[in-house]
Amino acid sequence: MGEFKVHRVRFFDYMPSGIRALAFNRDIERIAVARMDGSVEVFHCSDRFFQEKIIPGREQCGIEGLSWVGERLFSAGLNGGITEYDLTNQKVKYTVDAYGGPIWTIAGNQQGTHLAVGCEDGTVKLFEVNEDKIQFERNLDRQKSRIISLSWHPSGSKIAAGMMDMIQIFNVETGHSVHRLLADRGVGTSRSKECVVWSVVYLSDGTIISGDSVGMVKLWDDQTGTLIKSHNVTKCDVLALSVSQNEDSLVAGTSEGTVVQFQFISMVLGKDDKEWVRTRTFKNHTHDIRAVAEITTAVVSGGMDAQLVVRPLLDKVEVRSAASALRKIHFPHRRLVSCARKSGLMLFQYPGHLELWRLGESEGKGMPGSSLFVKRNPEKLLHLKVKGEDHIRCSAVSPCGEWIVYSTASSLRLYRLHCDNNNVSITKISKLPMVLSSANQLCFSSDSSHLFSASTQSSVHLVSLSQSGCKFVGTLKPKSGERTIGFGVLHIIEDGKWLASANSDHEVHIYNLQTRKAHCTVPVYSSAVTAMGIHPTTNCLFMMYADQQMCEYSIEQKQYTDWSRMVQRKGLHRFWMERDTPCLNVMFNPQHPSHVILHDTYMLCIIDQSLPLPDDKTQFYNQLTLKSLPEEQRKSHSHAFKVCKTFKDILCVELMSDQSLVVVERPLEDVASQLPAPIKQKKFAT
Amino acid sequence: MVEESDVRVVRFGGSKINLRPPIISTDSRFVLCTSGDSVKVYSTRTEEWLHSLQGHTNQVTGIALNPANHLQVYSCSADGTVKLWDFIDGILIKTFIIGYPLFAIYVSEKHEGIVFLHIAMDTDSKKEGFQLVAVHLPKSAEQEVEAKELSAVSSHISPNPSCTAFGREGQYIAFARNLQLNVYFFRKQKTYSFSLKATDKKGAKNAFTCIACHPTDDCIATGHEDGKIRLWRNFIHKKEYTYSTQHWHHNAVNTLCFTPEGTNLLSGGIESVLVQWQYGTGNRKEFLPRLGGSILHVSASSDGQLFCTSHSDNKITVIESSFKVCGVIQGLVKGDAVLTDLMIDPRSKALVLNGKPGHLQFYSLLRDKHLYNLDIVQQEYIYEAGLDQFEVVKAAFDIKGYWLATVEERGQKSADLEFFLKLWSYDERTQSFVLNTTITAAHTDRIISMCFSSSEETTMLVTIAEDGQFKAWCQGVDADTKQDQNFWSCDFVGSYHNLKPTNCSFSADSSLLAVSFQEVITIWSPDTWELLTTLCQPPGVIRDLCFGRLSCSKYLISTTTRNLLCCWNLLTCALEWSTSVEVSKLQSDPLSENVAAFSYQSKHTDLFVFKPNEPRPLFTHKNVCSEKIHRAVFVPREEPLNNCDESSQWLNRSQLYFLTQNMDLLTFSTATEEDRMLSSSTRLVIDDSVAVTPFYLLLGKHRQQQQKLNTPSHQAADRPQQPQGSVTITELLHTPAHVLPPASVLCSMFVSSLLISNTGVLQDPLRKEMESSEQEMNSEKEEEDSEGEMEACDSQQELRVQGSVDEVTPKLSKAQERELKRVRKTDFSWMAGLIASKP
Repeated sequence: MGEFKVHRVRFFDYMPSGIRALAFNRDIERIAVARMDGSVEVFHCSDRFFQEKIIPGREQCGIEGLSWVGERLFSAGLNGGITEYDLTNQKVKYTVDAYGGPIWTIAGNQQGTHLAVGCEDGTVKLFEVNEDKIQFERNLDRQKSRIISLSWHPSGSKIAAGMMDMIQIFNVETGHSVHRLLADRGVGTSRSKECVVWSVVYLSDGTIISGDSVGMVKLWDDQTGTLIKSHNVTKCDVLALSVSQNEDSLVAGTSEGTVVQFQFISMVLGKDDKEWVRTRTFKNHTHDIRAVAEITTAVVSGGMDAQLVVRPLLDKVEVRSAASALRKIHFPHRRLVSCARKSGLMLFQYPGHLELWRLGESEGKGMPGSSLFVKRNPEKLLHLKVKGEDHIRCSAVSPCGEWIVYSTASSLRLYRLHCDNNNVSITKISKLPMVLSSANQLCFSSDSSHLFSASTQSSVHLVSLSQSGCKFVGTLKPKSGERTIGFGVLHIIEDGKWLASANSDHEVHIYNLQTRKAHCTVPVYSSAVTAMGIHPTTNCLFMMYADQQMCEYSIEQKQYTDWSRMVQRKGLHRFWMERDTPCLNVMFNPQHPSHVILHDTYMLCIIDQSLPLPDDKTQFYNQLTLKSLPEEQRKSHSHAFKVCKTFKDILCVELMSDQSLVVVERPLEDVASQLPAPIKQKKFAT
Repeated sequence: MVEESDVRVVRFGGSKINLRPPIISTDSRFVLCTSGDSVKVYSTRTEEWLHSLQGHTNQVTGIALNPANHLQVYSCSADGTVKLWDFIDGILIKTFIIGYPLFAIYVSEKHEGIVFLHIAMDTDSKKEGFQLVAVHLPKSAEQEVEAKELSAVSSHISPNPSCTAFGREGQYIAFARNLQLNVYFFRKQKTYSFSLKATDKKGAKNAFTCIACHPTDDCIATGHEDGKIRLWRNFIHKKEYTYSTQHWHHNAVNTLCFTPEGTNLLSGGIESVLVQWQYGTGNRKEFLPRLGGSILHVSASSDGQLFCTSHSDNKITVIESSFKVCGVIQGLVKGDAVLTDLMIDPRSKALVLNGKPGHLQFYSLLRDKHLYNLDIVQQEYIYEAGLDQFEVVKAAFDIKGYWLATVEERGQKSADLEFFLKLWSYDERTQSFVLNTTITAAHTDRIISMCFSSSEETTMLVTIAEDGQFKAWCQGVDADTKQDQNFWSCDFVGSYHNLKPTNCSFSADSSLLAVSFQEVITIWSPDTWELLTTLCQPPGVIRDLCFGRLSCSKYLISTTTRNLLCCWNLLTCALEWSTSVEVSKLQSDPLSENVAAFSYQSKHTDLFVFKPNEPRPLFTHKNVCSEKIHRAVFVPREEPLNNCDESSQWLNRSQLYFLTQNMDLLTFSTATEEDRMLSSSTRLVIDDSVAVTPFYLLLGKHRQQQQKLNTPSHQAADRPQQPQGSVTITELLHTPAHVLPPASVLCSMFVSSLLISNTGVLQDPLRKEMESSEQEMNSEKEEEDSEGEMEACDSQQELRVQGSVDEVTPKLSKAQERELKRVRKTDFSWMAGLIASKP
């Protein structure tokens, strides 16, 4: 496997932001997640929940609700505006002010014609969804208290609105209130404490289900306006509700961190009179669950503890596989760290600032597995705050460590770093070419002479860097210009001569840097590319996909390599396929050309392409067995995959030019310790 | 049970009443529970034992109300029969012979004439396997019917009968085994099975422990080893089945029961807290804590007004639906082990042994009723496994029952042993024992044995301990305090060559104390504390010591660990006789010369009863049981039997009870005793055509007697005589108060029984009453010959009078005179009866 000196970095205090809202789109199988910091992420549900899109947030932009209308995504927040997102370019399209004070909730009807928002001033405002914009239509009857939650009847003729102490049912046609359902304040609570109806769901059979701050899930009849049944779910709040497509299952998220499932079951088998019965309880969160969504085969929940939990419903899953396992997504499927390979610098990307660190140094050599004495501690060189309110979208440091670049939704900034002894200073490069106004992805060439920027306009811009400044050189565009709609470039991999870019439509383009022309396109695979790399000597493009498949594509021959075909033919080991986080980086070791280094959140893996592939019968994690075997037998037992699980919660692994590995870890315990205290619960035997 | 035809071993009362869930009768008046070979019927109101349904010859393993007739109950037994009883009158209606040992019974309203039984799978396979079979009970007028139509419903079911339950309207049956739940639908003849993982990530143990089905909804509640309760629904789908989980119990759920309306679910476990879950509203639950031992079964009455829990300490608690305990039926408490000897409280004649942890229980053998628990340790007992807590290990009564000595101990396993010797005196005022003296360091090491001197004047306690000493404790006035109360203090410390003592015993008149030190028996005089003599017969350490009684008091019997039973003559100080027999327990009868020796050989226990002066055993009973016997006691009879049979003579004065290792209390019963019991039970057999009420019992018997009287061939003297005085009075006094008719009804009858009839035939009941009282008088005076003649004559005269009542003749006045005379006598004798029957 080879031995490396490892820099185990734990000073990247990345703090994922809590999840505030979820919205599931059945047609395109995407789930949108809104976080506390205002960022919106889109996950692909049938592609192992790969994080396809990240739209960074802004300061002071709390999102309270998300809603899909067709394939368009809208959000509303406490700043009083309704925002539509440009998902192809991963940016905000426009924001419309609703003029009703802070917006607590947003809901689109199933017909896709209208959006309703609930405002602080007690109005429910209807917006018409047009081709390219939304248009205010009218207000429904104004209420005294704020509107906390909204739900459309599937026919679109009625709206249920949850408020303080009550639920109102509006007729959309007339705009008048049809019923007032009073939610009682619960026993044992003080009279002055209001009962907040956090969430309502309007079913097609006229049942309204509400979750409130008293901890009750209540079922109401909209014809008579009466309470049918109430379930006491928790002692604290029921914050979120979500119903399945065919309305036979309902999930409720509570502030205790539990998700409670209700099912619409006939009490007597074979008969039709069904009732809502509380069935399962899932406890996967430590903190408040702010949003739940029941998608076709799973329950997705997110909350204050910033993790997105996908709990499969095994009764709905047809085939049990790795794709239908319990999944907890803690970290973004993007790299937040970039390394200057030659100078030992690391750039950490936080939402609002950048940090530049110099790696520590150690002396001597030690036994494998032992920790070395640190001669020089790692040192924080730079803390760079972002100008403006937008959060950072991407950033990079050049391999030589001289250049730093970052981009927000609105601007791109390039800095030059002067580093002599202990004095660190930066100078901003002021005159940037017009094309560098904003970037989705940034990358420096390996000799630090060029900067590549994936623009929102379907292309990669090439900028040459020099002491004096920077100069726009050219734009790389895909060969066939048939795709005129822009697409976000995900990865730029540069290797002197070749540059590969992958986009969210799963296309991978290879460009020749010398001719600045498109060279070829890798055949499109159904799953998204999560990481790729170009081999420095063989010029093969190595790609990792979200479904854990891997491909090697020879750029020169424009075809898959024999090894790649062999992998496809023999298939990968079961254990490899069952991993639930995508590979985030592909590296090559110049000393061992046949080695490919990969990593995901839980492991570091070296694939030795010269060794045979394991089949399902062989032992996958075989390092310990190999160790115990005598030298001559090792050969017959070894296979291509060598997995190292020493490191956990890995954010980034990078191979430096001095053959040392940098492993950036972010232990989940540290994340948990920085979260606010959860609701105190009595635990048995304490 | 083979050699001696008329003496047989019977499982005596005090047997487990918590083996199977108790049943509450439809009218909520009776609780039925299995108890050894019989089914016991208790009243729910008074907790009184009414009667037992006897007839099975082996352990009764299940009872179920007959769904077709709520006054009948099915019982199944390991003897391979199912019996149908009228439980109110205690009449066996039918016996169905199945032919296999049965382990549980289930019935369902939908399946009329079918019972479902647990039977063991073919015994050749080693692993325990049970199968559930449906048995069609043939309709036949005969008393004993063989039921042949067996059809297996499922094989490989759990041996625990609470893991099987019938679903809504008997449409399906749910049964669980280990980690699999199966639901069998009778109509579709299809089984759906669902399995759980053995453990989940959090280490939960998911094995099923019990099942209950909702009466109206299709919902199955299952209890699990880790204390979870799951409610399963939609179980006709292979995949879309669903369950909800509730967790309150911290240990295995032992039992689950839906109330008949299905509004609540009751659960219980080792916590001894009855939990009531509101069905359908998730978490709302009510608790009834501190019920005693861990809950084994819960059952509900059919109207939902009463619940019954049975507990591991052999107790049934009757609980109202408002969650209030309204009755406790306590059987003989059986803890993990009986550490004390079996003893008889000389005052109450109650059996005394370990009861609840840290308590001594007093159990009336006569009434088969738990009397009370005496708290010895007086510390809170913590229900948790693995804790070392104080336990009563020794107890002894003095001969009058005025003093009780107890030893409690903690730390048997660990090195630091703690023990107390406590002396309790009987307080006449409170009618219980009061702590008199606590001796903290009676010995430096564990007390092995102790005994009270048996003399009447002075009471002395001798304790022997592992520190090589024996101590005599006397009650003396404390010189310092000069208080009225007398406390116990050490009187004498003795030892013998630093040997470890093994046993001690006082002679019948307390003039001698025998203490055995390893292989040596030392005889001491308790008056002067002088070592009188030593007796030794190596090899083997002395195990038991016992002085002979009455005419054999010059003998001392000892047993050794090397299979030797020796009889020493204390006058000659020589070995009288010895025999090689392995004796595990030696027990002498205080009322006779007899000594009983239990010998354990080749996996079964034999009993020998012998007199020390006769080398030949009086009575031998081979193969009493298959376990070793360490505890036995002779219980004096209230009234001696007069058996002439030689083999059962030794049982005339007292009865021998013994406890096996798996805590069965057994005794010997003789043929005459059983006859007497049988006759007393047949007394209650009455005409089936009439509704049976206690009132009927009262009236009906007299009617019967009158019928007999009216038969011309009948001779008054030939009739079986009632031993007691007045039937009416006996009935009044012996029938439990709660089953009596209103006092107004009784009163009129009572008064009418005193009236004199002069209208003869016209007033039948009154006459009958008179007649009967006359008969009773007859029976009483039977021995006195002179008057008996005259009475017989009288009754004949009476008969004649009946025949010709409307003839007015001069004789009539004479007859009237006579009648008056007779009436005077009758009245008087009746009074005598009243006095006699007063306890």
